[in-house]
Amino acid sequence: MTEPRACPDCLRRSRLLAHLAPYIEKIATGSRGSRSPELLRLSDEDLAAVAAPRVAAQVLEQVRTVPERALQDGLAAAECWGCCPHDPLYPAGLRDAADAPRALIGRGNPVLLEGLVPEGAVTLVGARRASTYGREVARELGRELAGAGLTVVSGLAFGIDSCAHRGALESGLTIAVLGCGADVAYPAAHRSLWRRICESGVVLSELPPGTGAWRWTFPARNRIMAALAGMTVVVEAAERSGSLITADLAADLGRDLGAVPGPVTSGMSAGSNSLLAGGACVVRDAQDVLDAMLGPGVRTAKRVGPRLEATQHAALAAIEGGSVTSDAIAADLELAGGDVAAALAGLEALGYVSCSMVGVYARTLLRPPSD
Amino acid sequence: MLATARAFTLDGIVARPVRVEVDVHMGLPAFSVVGLPDTAVREARERVRAAVSNCGFEFPLRRITVNLAPASLRKAGPGLDLPIAVALLVASGQLKWDPAPPAMVGELALDGAIRPVRGVLAIAEAAREGGVGEMVVPAANGREAALVASLDVVPLGSLRQLQALAAGRWAPERPKPLSLALSSRPGTPDLADLRGQAHLRYALEVAAAGGHSLLMVGPPGSGKSLAAARLPSILPPLAPREALAVARIASACGHLGSRPSEGRPFRAPHHTITPAGLIGGGNPPRPGEATLAHRGVLFLDELCEFRRESLEALRGPLESGWVTISRSGGNRRLPCRFMLVAASNPCPCGRGELDSECSCAPHAVSRYQGRLSGALADRLDLLVAIAQPSAAQIDGPPGEPSAAVRERVAAARRRQERRLGPGRCNAEMSLGETRECVLDAGAAALLTESYSRRRLSGRAHDRVLRLARTIADLGGAEAIEREQMAQALQLRRRDR
Repeated sequence: MTEPRACPDCLRRSRLLAHLAPYIEKIATGSRGSRSPELLRLSDEDLAAVAAPRVAAQVLEQVRTVPERALQDGLAAAECWGCCPHDPLYPAGLRDAADAPRALIGRGNPVLLEGLVPEGAVTLVGARRASTYGREVARELGRELAGAGLTVVSGLAFGIDSCAHRGALESGLTIAVLGCGADVAYPAAHRSLWRRICESGVVLSELPPGTGAWRWTFPARNRIMAALAGMTVVVEAAERSGSLITADLAADLGRDLGAVPGPVTSGMSAGSNSLLAGGACVVRDAQDVLDAMLGPGVRTAKRVGPRLEATQHAALAAIEGGSVTSDAIAADLELAGGDVAAALAGLEALGYVSCSMVGVYARTLLRPPSD
Repeated sequence: MLATARAFTLDGIVARPVRVEVDVHMGLPAFSVVGLPDTAVREARERVRAAVSNCGFEFPLRRITVNLAPASLRKAGPGLDLPIAVALLVASGQLKWDPAPPAMVGELALDGAIRPVRGVLAIAEAAREGGVGEMVVPAANGREAALVASLDVVPLGSLRQLQALAAGRWAPERPKPLSLALSSRPGTPDLADLRGQAHLRYALEVAAAGGHSLLMVGPPGSGKSLAAARLPSILPPLAPREALAVARIASACGHLGSRPSEGRPFRAPHHTITPAGLIGGGNPPRPGEATLAHRGVLFLDELCEFRRESLEALRGPLESGWVTISRSGGNRRLPCRFMLVAASNPCPCGRGELDSECSCAPHAVSRYQGRLSGALADRLDLLVAIAQPSAAQIDGPPGEPSAAVRERVAAARRRQERRLGPGRCNAEMSLGETRECVLDAGAAALLTESYSRRRLSGRAHDRVLRLARTIADLGGAEAIEREQMAQALQLRRRDR
């Protein structure tokens, strides 16, 4: 087993980023800090000079004099490890990118980075404010793609990201890329998810342990997510969503880009729909992703569920038609309340639909047998 | 001269006997009340002074001492006005009552008229238990006191009638007892107003049949409050004993006048209510909304907006059916066996995530919905998500009337009583009773499958079983069938 190793100079680069974080925040926040990937291409000296002209020399000196021992101890204390382009474990996808991070600091099982090639990973991103539909699709895609042997990369954020991780944890491997130190569970509400990923997957960051999140760190981590995977799928995004930055970065790298179609009337899907209009690959299920990445029919992920009764078919059609509460489904079907309840319970038990805490039903990707 | 009168003071929803002793003797003119009186009792001095002199009696310019025994019990309310006045008149020799004045209760107006007081029903019951044969009550409370059989109720309108009453020249007729409605009267809100919304109707029927608590989630204007207000009308009629208990609580809170009562109570406190307002408080304790909803429906609209302490306070009482209030004078137990109905919007703005107008931040939505899995929400059995009714539904024909639904509910309750004993329903089943429910093979398989696959918690497992039992009772089945189990699984509240 190879131990991940990062050379001290590469680790110092991450220290530098942490030191300059407040200064970069000031100059990279034009629109949601989206200039940060450009800034991070600069060398240490240039970056310090651009971001903090007054204290540049001081900061550079401070970072350069950190002893190697302190760098390693800092990682060990946070139960993290580092890895840099001079290390064979450094992911192949990042080697192609011009703005790739010099040091990658991770938590979790480093062996999982071995053999992580773009063809073996898919990045799922989307809005934090996601609809039940978006969440359900993200979860299903995460589960199916991880089950098909791909590594699912996402950003641990609210909404689509966390659903993609949760889905992937059920059947395979997932990597979370954070905009803060790898030992910081951000957002705090996802602490338990973060812990689960640390246990069975990998959490990555280019910032040293303990660093907090800044606005500019999110576009910066998006470039890592885009570079790690062979395909980036935007599950649900509004216009001007942060996930569109990831999509742009992936396109710039020449990676495949996919998007899940949403209702044309829904503002929450406007961004992902316009990606489709711009030529992104249509993703309806895990099979579409596998076909686009590996070639048609190389691997299959089709799931066909058990046979349905007539009322269950009708209820499924009603949910697909946009009636998502039990009451609305009953109104569509013009059936007695009890019959509808029985049909919905059957669908849920068979895995065709899921029900949220407030009683909203969502379709899963399971298909009824066609005959 | 010394004179005494028998009186009662209200403590929670029961009355305690009080002996009023009045001493009138020589000395500087003074009028003092001792024996742990509250402000209302202390102010009785002024009312008694004015009423006595305005009714043709003379207020003695002597040293007057009123003692209320037992001295350790806190006396509250204006009901002691009348006994103090009567004892004063007897002590000063202006009134002769042979052998002794009867027990009495009433508030005095300055002109001597007798005003109604709270809790006369409880006072009359305490009087009968204390061996009182005859009781003077305010005329407006006469019919209420007459509910207590074998008590000779004397309705008194004014202090002026006292002379004639004491001398036996005037003996008013015993008032007719108040008629207590056992179920909603015609003209009250009816379930027929709920048009369409078949699933909501079904959930209401199941909840009513088993006494299960219900959570409704839906956008504003989708009919949550409308549905909740109609729930009492489909509950089975009260038993006469239950109706009396409901009347006793209403009387203690001054809600029971000579006006006929309305069957099962419906209480909808505002979400700013304090814990004391919800479960009762004060000294002496006064019933809260939970007790006022006894044998009826307690509706918490905007559940997520309620203060956490208020909802926490409701937990224990919801489980045990009793509120226990501990005060320096001892513990008071107030009954509160009600059906809990809660309503909530799907998100802070109320529109719900499916509406593109909804602008709630994701963490705001998750925090808001997080409150739906709190300690109290854990006690809710059913979840029904409500959609905005369509135009066709609103213009459609009226729904099935309450009376028809009530018959099915009452039939289901009769089955439960046969199994569990009188007055009990499925929601109150103990763990042992729940596990004894008979399932057919299909239902058992479905429950086991759901339990293992969807990770139902142990508590959710039992809740589903109780719900399924109720659905089977509605269907008249002895063993729970597969379809009924499926319906219960669908109706149950979701956690996560």
